[in-house]
Amino acid sequence: MEANLLSQIVFYAFAAVTVVSAAIVVFARSLIYCAFSLLFTFFGVAVLYVYLGADFLAATQVVIYVGGILILLLFGVMLTHKLHDLDLKAETFQFVPGLLIALAVFATLLLVVFRTAWHSAGPRAMQPTTAQIGDLFMKDFILPFEVASVFLLVALIGAAMIVRRKPR
Amino acid sequence: MIGLTHYLVISAALFSLGIMAVLTRKNAVNVLMGIELILNSANINLVAFSKFSSANLDGQIFAIFIIVIAAGEVAVALAIVLSMYRLIKSVNLDQAGTLKG
Repeated sequence: MEANLLSQIVFYAFAAVTVVSAAIVVFARSLIYCAFSLLFTFFGVAVLYVYLGADFLAATQVVIYVGGILILLLFGVMLTHKLHDLDLKAETFQFVPGLLIALAVFATLLLVVFRTAWHSAGPRAMQPTTAQIGDLFMKDFILPFEVASVFLLVALIGAAMIVRRKPR
Repeated sequence: MIGLTHYLVISAALFSLGIMAVLTRKNAVNVLMGIELILNSANINLVAFSKFSSANLDGQIFAIFIIVIAAGEVAVALAIVLSMYRLIKSVNLDQAGTLKG
């Protein structure tokens, strides 16, 4: 019982970290603050995956989002600003209409979440998932797996082609 | 006890914050951050339903494919942002109005 209470407290703490740092991403005045609070959001989501018994997915989240996508976004921030203006303002426009639409979306989603009687099969027991996921990728999901590999290759070549300087 | 609705509420909050970022931010890189928030919220939903409402791991597999597509998307989008910066010397979306009639 004691351990259960502790795990609930940790869950709420990390849920708060996730949502608050996501709010900082949206409302902060500086681009650097946005990028670094996105780091905490990604870590918080990884912790939620651990709570959901998705150990492989949590590791993937940390490696790909934190190690890859966040670094790319920081590169994007740095490469698209002159080095001498270091304030890196994150400006907003249409603030009030955007806020209203976001609140409407949130209210609708909450309504749906609490009104629907979700089908429940009972929570699955915690167990390692990596071997099962590898099995599924090599058996049931072999075609999407190969398509995803080709997609990544195409995306990389496309990105390199887009940023390449055209020869004059 | 932490149930399905907890995760759904967190994911709804992340989704609307992402919508907010996409709608109100001027900087293109900042809009990309909002898109990442939206993709993460969808992932939380998929994994939560995979744990609470189904007997197999299909939701987690789907979440992995979403992560793969997010990686490809952010690479291509940043390439577009960089070439936009090269073209108009700015990444503010309200200045990219060349096609406006």
